[in-house]
Amino acid sequence: MSFWQSFLRNRGAVAGLAVLAAVLLLALSAPFLFSFDPWDTRGAPLQPPGEGFALGSDMLGRDVLAGIFHGARVSLFIGVVSTVFAVVIGVVVGAVAGYFGGLVDDVAMRFTEFFQTIPSFVLAVLLVAILTPGLASIVIAISVVTWPPVARLARSEFLALRHRAFVEAAVLSGVSHIRIIFGEVLPNALTPIVIMASLMVATAILTESALSFLGLGDPNRISWGYMIGAARAVFRHAWWLSVFPGLAIFVTVLAINLVGEGLNDALNPHMRRRTDP
Amino acid sequence: MRILLFLGGWLVKAALILLAIVVLNFCLVRLAPGDVATVLAGESGAADADFLARTRAEFGLDRPLPAQLATYVGNVLSLDLGVSYRTRRPVADMVLERLPATLLLTGTAFLFALGVGPALGVLAAVKARRPADSLITVAALVFYAMPIFWVGLLFILFFSVTLGWLPPFGMRSLIPPSGELARAIDVARHLVLPAVTLGLFYVAIYARLTRGAMLETAGLDYVKTARAKGLPEWRVVTAHILRNAMLPIITFAGLQAGHLVGGAIVAETVFAWPGIGRLAFDALLQRDYNLLLAVFLASAVAVVLFNFVTDLLLRIADPRIGAAGG
Repeated sequence: MSFWQSFLRNRGAVAGLAVLAAVLLLALSAPFLFSFDPWDTRGAPLQPPGEGFALGSDMLGRDVLAGIFHGARVSLFIGVVSTVFAVVIGVVVGAVAGYFGGLVDDVAMRFTEFFQTIPSFVLAVLLVAILTPGLASIVIAISVVTWPPVARLARSEFLALRHRAFVEAAVLSGVSHIRIIFGEVLPNALTPIVIMASLMVATAILTESALSFLGLGDPNRISWGYMIGAARAVFRHAWWLSVFPGLAIFVTVLAINLVGEGLNDALNPHMRRRTDP
Repeated sequence: MRILLFLGGWLVKAALILLAIVVLNFCLVRLAPGDVATVLAGESGAADADFLARTRAEFGLDRPLPAQLATYVGNVLSLDLGVSYRTRRPVADMVLERLPATLLLTGTAFLFALGVGPALGVLAAVKARRPADSLITVAALVFYAMPIFWVGLLFILFFSVTLGWLPPFGMRSLIPPSGELARAIDVARHLVLPAVTLGLFYVAIYARLTRGAMLETAGLDYVKTARAKGLPEWRVVTAHILRNAMLPIITFAGLQAGHLVGGAIVAETVFAWPGIGRLAFDALLQRDYNLLLAVFLASAVAVVLFNFVTDLLLRIADPRIGAAGG
């Protein structure tokens, strides 16, 4: 069965993909549908959802719906970019550890374990606070705390492939280590790494929302977590200020998780047997 | 003897991790914009170069970095973590007085998650492909995707504002009731919402993990043998499947301990729980890096302790680990 056939048979994954496409559409259409600055006052403050504002307005009369559209840009951007960085760090550390083995492996793995032990969210908070909040510092913080599982996975894949005939042949014919690692071994180890990365995007979005909820978001870009955090003082009277952005985070993260699981089932038949007897 | 070796090995490992964290802490301080001198100068309004130089000399900031690092490590070892930039109190004291509240919250959430999550996972695995399984699987997916702070706010809206069942903020009532027992019940009532909020995410993880591990183990030969011997089904499930399926869950719980302590920052902020997470949030607002770093160190210590507990549990659940590793 082809990849697409088995992916499309998974109803959850298809639904997730559809939702994800919708969120992407929100992000792309935000500058056209809501061409004004989402930080601008657009009318009376604290209007409940209804005629003036489809999803209500906040304490300063800002449009919640516009914030949801523009916030999708931040969530998706941070989710994808910080995952890319984390995967690059993780793959490099794990590949070097698994490929060279011995002392190099030991050092790389102790380093990884150390990063797995430290309280990751506390470190992320510290890093963003110290580097001053912004898109760049959030991406750095999230990738610094999320790469260790990738490193462990890449290492185990490299360990398994290291002594296969095609790798030994490449070593004997004098191909450089770098070319073997990235040209020969990595393509064969990519499937589980891609699956893990897809799920990491969801975690990154959750982490970003928690950071901006705490007031560590990019001060120039509206984000879902910020909207909830900023409305905390009035959330008992104005439920729409926390319910809608939270729903946006929840639905996006759920969709990514479903797609990730669908990828896992379609690409990794062994794992499918494990979860579906 | 084996237990002594285990304790010794663990102490060495814990010491190395903590030392590395102290060094990391030191590097983070260097990364921060400005130092104690500029912060104090900004507060007192006297920002001339002479004042800065004197303050730096006073805090030892004019000495070479390795010397500063050595002093810093020495200070931390004697539990001197410096003073808060804002309150001028030793940050170690501030953290220590808040630590019990955080340990109560994270400990309760941890036990809640470890108690409920695997139980739901077992139920789902036993009822695989039936309504109970679908319900648990969907609920786990849902709670795995919800931001903790949002769950907390929704709980407050529902259980405190609408139903009025549980207090929404703080750890004690404004006027605490008299009597030891009444006070304990008061704290427990305040504890329910934050602990459940923090724990639900991990309930979801453990339920999913347990279900997967149970189904995987259930197909193994020794389980078939146990059934063929005519053991009652509940014995097969508890003694044969669950005991082995628990191993990955305990391992994972240990790995997630750091995550749990991080989640406490968010949960404590939402529920105004007076722990180190809330302290970190306040420090964050005031850019009080010294205090923030002390919280980081304290949470790292908490994680190392959590890891110790899970290591111990792992040994109880699987005697082979102690026997093989020595």
